Amino acid sequence: MVETVVFVIFGLAALFGAITMVWARNPVYSAMGLMMTMFSIAVFYVSNSAHFIAVVQVIVYAGAVMTLFLFVIMLIGVDKEEDRTENLPIQRPLALVLILSFGAAVVVAGRLAWTTGIRNPLDPVNGTVEAIGDELFKRWVLPFEITGLLLIVAAAGAIALAFFKDDDDAEVDPWR
Amino acid sequence: MAVTPGWYMALAAVLFIIGAGGMLLRRNALVMFMSIELMLNAVNLTFVAAGRELNVLEGQVAVFFVMVVAAAEVVVGLAIIIAVFRRRQTASVDELTQLRG
Repeated sequence: MVETVVFVIFGLAALFGAITMVWARNPVYSAMGLMMTMFSIAVFYVSNSAHFIAVVQVIVYAGAVMTLFLFVIMLIGVDKEEDRTENLPIQRPLALVLILSFGAAVVVAGRLAWTTGIRNPLDPVNGTVEAIGDELFKRWVLPFEITGLLLIVAAAGAIALAFFKDDDDAEVDPWR
Repeated sequence: MAVTPGWYMALAAVLFIIGAGGMLLRRNALVMFMSIELMLNAVNLTFVAAGRELNVLEGQVAVFFVMVVAAAEVVVGLAIIIAVFRRRQTASVDELTQLRG
């Protein structure tokens, strides 16, 4: 019963945030809508007993990623209103057709093929830090190390993109 | 009425469709990027719900790895948007018609 109420409230909040993100003209409103959706999804993680993932969701997504987004929005300038005229004439109708057909495909697939896999008969999973760490550092330790490498490469790439100002081709580049 | 994992799957599907729609309909590179994040979040929700349904922890481990990849992707993607903005003074993908240096 409690889970139903929580699901309805935060499901509506997630949908509202997502629609706000797509619809809002101002990118800051989009970021706020996305943040609302991410918090709602963190609540769903808690009600699915994924406690560690919920905390990581709030810290990484709602904290770090959205801060980065807002930083870039402020850097680029929030006063620039987006020109909403569409240059490709059939882009919008085609996009709507694709979205609707994708939704229909999801509904049909959900009705046809729902239960896959065998239910593990052990105790119900509880995603505590201990359980996730046990799994992560025993079975998945090599992928975990590789994600460390990936993060280093990403940080180095971001620094390289931000650091090198190609001043030498300023004359030949007409777009500066 | 109990909330079965199917309800979470349905909500995640709707969120994914909204994200895909934002990706197709918007022309602001930042909002398109946020739509990608929304789609990743929707898929993460299906991972957790399916892990609960099948009673395994691997769903949550998969979410952890998706989050790491998404964080790396956001860092590089926003750096690219900044680099493009420094050259062209715009974040609209329609203006970026000439892919040259």
